[in-house]
Amino acid sequence: MTARPSPVSRRRLLTGAAVAGLGAAAGAGTVAATGQETPVPVAVTQPQTFPTGTAAVAFHGPRQAGVAEDPPAHAAFVAFTLAAGTDRRALGRMLRLLSDDAARLTQGEPALGDTDATLAALPARLTVTFGFGPGLYRAAGRPAPIADLPKFRIDRLERRWSGGDLLLQICADDPLTVAHTQRMLIKDARPFAAIRWVQQGFRRSPGVQAPDHTQRNVLGQLDGTANPRGPEIDPAVWNEDGSTTLVVRRIRAEIEKWDMLSVSDKENAVGRRLTSGAPLSGHEEHDKPDFTTVDQSGLPAMPDFSHVTRARVEDPTQKILRRPYNYDDAPNAAGLPDAGLIFASYQRDIARQYVPIQQRLADKDLLNEWITPIGSAVFAIPPGCTEGSWIGAGLLS
Amino acid sequence: MKNTLTRLAATAGLLVTLGLAGCGDDSAAGSTPSPAPSPAAALTIRDPWVKAAPAGTMTAAFGVLVNDTGADITVAAAESPASPMELHEMTMKDGKMVMQPKEGGFVIKANGTHELSPGGDHLMLMNPARAIEAGDEVSFTLKLGDGTTVPFTAIAKPYAGAGESYDPGMSMAPMGSAAP
Repeated sequence: MTARPSPVSRRRLLTGAAVAGLGAAAGAGTVAATGQETPVPVAVTQPQTFPTGTAAVAFHGPRQAGVAEDPPAHAAFVAFTLAAGTDRRALGRMLRLLSDDAARLTQGEPALGDTDATLAALPARLTVTFGFGPGLYRAAGRPAPIADLPKFRIDRLERRWSGGDLLLQICADDPLTVAHTQRMLIKDARPFAAIRWVQQGFRRSPGVQAPDHTQRNVLGQLDGTANPRGPEIDPAVWNEDGSTTLVVRRIRAEIEKWDMLSVSDKENAVGRRLTSGAPLSGHEEHDKPDFTTVDQSGLPAMPDFSHVTRARVEDPTQKILRRPYNYDDAPNAAGLPDAGLIFASYQRDIARQYVPIQQRLADKDLLNEWITPIGSAVFAIPPGCTEGSWIGAGLLS
Repeated sequence: MKNTLTRLAATAGLLVTLGLAGCGDDSAAGSTPSPAPSPAAALTIRDPWVKAAPAGTMTAAFGVLVNDTGADITVAAAESPASPMELHEMTMKDGKMVMQPKEGGFVIKANGTHELSPGGDHLMLMNPARAIEAGDEVSFTLKLGDGTTVPFTAIAKPYAGAGESYDPGMSMAPMGSAAP
């Protein structure tokens, strides 16, 4: 409704309650009597609300947002390379600015000097999560709590998807909100850093499935069944000071090769049923895989080369929290897809939790035939901040 | 180009016409309260920020002045350790928008707000002694008509919006003739 305010309000004034009554009746899908004044006793209609658009996630707190919440549908991972002169003091200035932007935008308020303030109005569960790469600690003259990953034999890493001194993980249930937030943050980061890479990804849209569903990747697999949930998250993810760590890997899916497999071959590679996500030893998605179960031929129901078998972790402090997003960029001229997974995992300690899992997968995981890591980056996720403070203040002040 | 122009303008004491597009639609949304005003003052400034600028280059501070009292309040002047300052307004002169000192200061109506924004009224930093870098926190003091003061701090933004769309060919007029 884009009518100018005055005629609208005047019309409302003139027709008053009768129109309101009719509107309500129509809105409720009920045929209204045409009586003039007496509102038809229809079901009370609420003003139309759009909770998906207006939902906001708190920015301030001892831990950063964008980690433990159910992942919104859209994400942009934006990695920066610090400019040569960006020292500890400059980092402080940059993070003060970016934290202020994030604090406002996540609450549906425009950034200071926002050139498109209207685009800030619907946060749609927007979160902005700050990650510090090893290079940021070098620039700040501080010891880094994270280190680059060891090389894995399956890696075919491309520089354009790897590394980064600063990461902004921007997530929301609406892609326009992500786009506006990304632009505002980049504008304020420009004096301090250059874009290194941007990875944009998606999950199912809000309302399509239960909020806590296990995401399905572009290979059709349920992805993240074994994630820690509820009280299991703390021992796996959060350090005492509210910090955590993030691994971002860009994993290309060799979909056309995958297409050539039969369903049972696909299921053997993963160790789960494609439809239900149930382990091959069980019936439901969340049945615990039983590696002692044998099939009719006497072989283990869970093949020892399957992804689930290789990745399985029982110790709750060794688990990782996967928060991946799919990507599906433009296909090439021959029509071959450029699609895959922006793998993102949160854990207390990359070396203690993530690396052993990845090492087992690199050593032997049949799924490696159909997936190729082409990007890799690690970030420390510093604690959150209180109102008036900024992310990284504890490190950089 | 722009920096050269503004520096020239500042040092030569010229009045620069800013080809500013209206950008002032930030209404009531953000709300960072600034430091408390001096006890007598009942004026606050919401969401203050200042445009980052190199040393010697004119720049401006913005925000929303909020008068919570039942009487009009006049902002008569602004001061900052960062730069000499003037209160400026944008006005139409000979068919062009030009900025000029605001005679009589900014009057904020009783229980009203007054927006300072790129393309509108603003607090002008005439000649910053040092660069105002993105993320800096700059101190200001508003001097009100009744003699009270309102201190506040504004964060510097690397703003590349309307303020940079000068038209150098047609935008300069001598300060002396344009200013009232």
